[in-house]
Amino acid sequence: MSDAFTRLEERATVRWADLNAKPWIRVGTGLMGEAAGALETLDAIRREVSKLGLDATITEVGTTGLCYAEPLVDVQTPGGPRILYANAAPQHAPAIVECHVKDGRPVEELALGSVDVDVPGVPRREELPMMRLQRRVALRNAGEIEPGDIDQYVARGGFAGLDKALAMEPGAVLEEVKQSGLRGRGGAAFPTGVKWGFLAGNSSPVKYILCNCEEGDPGAFNDKTVLESDPLTLIEGCVIAGYATGASNGVVFIRHGHDAPIDRTRKAIDACYADGLLGVDILGSGFSFDVEVSLVGESYVAGEETALMEAVEGKRSMPRFRPPFPAAYGVWGKPSNINNIKTIAYVPEIIRNGAEWFAAIGTERSKGTAIACLSGHVRYSGLVEVPFGLTMRQVVEELGGGDPDGKPIKFLQTGGPLGGLLASEQLDMALDFDEMAKAGAMFGSGGLIVCNDETSAVDLTRVLVAFDQMESCGKCFPCRLGMSHLLEILERACAGASRPGDLELMERVGGNMRSGSLCGHGQLGYNPVSSALSAFGAEFEAQMRGEGPLPIGPFVGPKHALRGAQLEGETPTAAVKGDFVYAAEPVPAAAGGGA
Amino acid sequence: MTTAADPLREQVRSAIRDQPFRTRTVLSSLLSVQDSVGYLPEAAIDEVALATDATINEVWGVASFYPNFRFKPPADHTVEVCWGPTCHVLGAQRLLQDALAQLGLENEGETPDGRVGLKLNTCLGVCAHGPAMAFDHALVGRITPETARARVAAMRGGAA
Ligand SMILES: Cc1cc2nc3c(=O)[nH]c(=O)nc-3n(C[C@H](O)[C@H](O)[C@H](O)COP(=O)(O)O)c2cc1C
Ligand code: SF4
Ligand code: FES
Repeated sequence: MSDAFTRLEERATVRWADLNAKPWIRVGTGLMGEAAGALETLDAIRREVSKLGLDATITEVGTTGLCYAEPLVDVQTPGGPRILYANAAPQHAPAIVECHVKDGRPVEELALGSVDVDVPGVPRREELPMMRLQRRVALRNAGEIEPGDIDQYVARGGFAGLDKALAMEPGAVLEEVKQSGLRGRGGAAFPTGVKWGFLAGNSSPVKYILCNCEEGDPGAFNDKTVLESDPLTLIEGCVIAGYATGASNGVVFIRHGHDAPIDRTRKAIDACYADGLLGVDILGSGFSFDVEVSLVGESYVAGEETALMEAVEGKRSMPRFRPPFPAAYGVWGKPSNINNIKTIAYVPEIIRNGAEWFAAIGTERSKGTAIACLSGHVRYSGLVEVPFGLTMRQVVEELGGGDPDGKPIKFLQTGGPLGGLLASEQLDMALDFDEMAKAGAMFGSGGLIVCNDETSAVDLTRVLVAFDQMESCGKCFPCRLGMSHLLEILERACAGASRPGDLELMERVGGNMRSGSLCGHGQLGYNPVSSALSAFGAEFEAQMRGEGPLPIGPFVGPKHALRGAQLEGETPTAAVKGDFVYAAEPVPAAAGGGA
Repeated sequence: MTTAADPLREQVRSAIRDQPFRTRTVLSSLLSVQDSVGYLPEAAIDEVALATDATINEVWGVASFYPNFRFKPPADHTVEVCWGPTCHVLGAQRLLQDALAQLGLENEGETPDGRVGLKLNTCLGVCAHGPAMAFDHALVGRITPETARARVAAMRGGAA
């Protein structure tokens, strides 16, 4: 252990003991907490504590993932119980503070679960339906520590992985990551160690580690949660990645607009510089590494690896041609490696506990845990981290508790807006990158939108395609025009006014997109339609005839359907939208010449 | 281009100068101006071009690409409605159409008196609490049509 790290650990031990020596109130105030009203609860708790003149620590933490129970207030008293209070509104603050913080007696009516110590009448946190099957690795600190606080992070094992890595040869660290079987969590599940090997093999003095937190997938919120709950695990992982590959700079790439993840990441970076965990000669090892935050405007495609590099350079987030690949020519022309931030967030624990420890979790070829975001028609909405190998049904029905009103689940939307629909009959599929791919499903970045039997598959597919259409960067026409065309055809379907041949037309457009698009956005852009058709073909056909089983209401989508169109007037691309490419297509006779 | 005492231009310049980014680019500068001024005034384009050694065309190219950039001062209040898939299955269209009707709008835009602007958001990032809206950037999850109507009415400054 390095001297520098020993000193950090000693400081952390003292701070941790101090924190635990008096009442400690944690309130989850990330984006999720804010949406549930946690800021008002936090204010009420602060007022109550000062009114009673209590000496208690009040900490804003990230989210535990138990979003359905937010606002969540976690109260711990020295020698007393530690209790999570669910749905804690401002009016509950007096009871919580007076009884529990002041007198050490839990408020049973509001208690969701107890931590570490058994409390009569209150279940243990680990026994809650949503927690039972979880295994926390990347989210181990979520809701437990103040995001970006080095002492609290170190007290829970933080930076031990970095300290260990810095005492190893870089090649040995890389080998450890390879052996762990870690695969990318950004969608493609590429082996992380292999990817790092490409960068390590390049001898340029300036090399970048890019951490992708664009997280444009609606329905996914796990990347933002990692940053707003525990940004230090990302930073530690990023430095280890830099050391293993001989890189000099790290960039955390985040979408502009969500303040909590951005502010907390910045604060964590500053704290690391102050403690010699970033910058020159990290922990006295001789290794130097810088990390900065880069923000991007609203753009889904900015999450694509080469578009991301363009955006870091301050340009339009339009994908580049490959080759050259990022490991040869990346951001600013320097060799670069891109990982999703969850991928990197696993690295500290992999190094600290060893590759074998990680490889023992999960399935044969999907190692470790999956972080799934449960939303939609689901009782226990939020975030779960589970070992690979559980079935989708376990995740949705046991952890998620199924539909809140007990209605049957019809399908899951998985894999983000380029993913597809997974019919309920397919839910016995195991969570496993390869199993899912074989069945034509995508885990993607982990968004699971649960839909009950009142949801129209056609309507939801239209929403996904409307999203993909507005997010096309416009660089290549199979995607730019193909998406618009698909949307028009789906609009007709939703209105029950399809033309004969529309199904075949969609297929042809989709085929052109797949083979003729530059990046994954266009190549995968037909996925939502093809997957919905294969699972719910009959419903589609009925809807296209105007005999759909479920009512579909009017739909208003975003006005700026084409990039650049928010400027006054028409853009050049607007003129070639719609039927331009396909207008010459013969309309089948039965259509009577079309609309 | 260099007008002396133009307060707006001064604000733009200091936003560019004091931006919280280690690496300064056209995009980081534009985002900083919009955060500080609330929109991109004409002056932003040439000041950013000057500061980043880019052409006016390059700056316009970036500014026009990302739909969060705006070129007119924002309305007094902003309502955001999430139309992402989770919120959609949880009833976002109803919320959206109520808000449009209340504000007399047909799509994203502003009321003629400039009091309220309505924006569609592809995902407010709080799907576990869908359907979600934001009022002057404060997130509200699991919002009911009644609450939404009351909040919009309060912003519009009249009865619901
Ligand atoms: C249109 C498009 C959008 C993407 N968006 C994201 C994203 O938001 N976050 C992400 O991590 N990866 C995204 N990806 C995947 C990245 O290109 C890249 O593969 C990934 O960040 C690699 O990280 P990993 O190896 O850790 O999985 C996107 C890909 C495409 C084609
Ligand atoms: S496939 Fe679509 S998103 Fe990708 S480069 Fe082409 S137009 Fe842009
Ligand atoms: S889809 Fe509405 S908040 Fe994510």
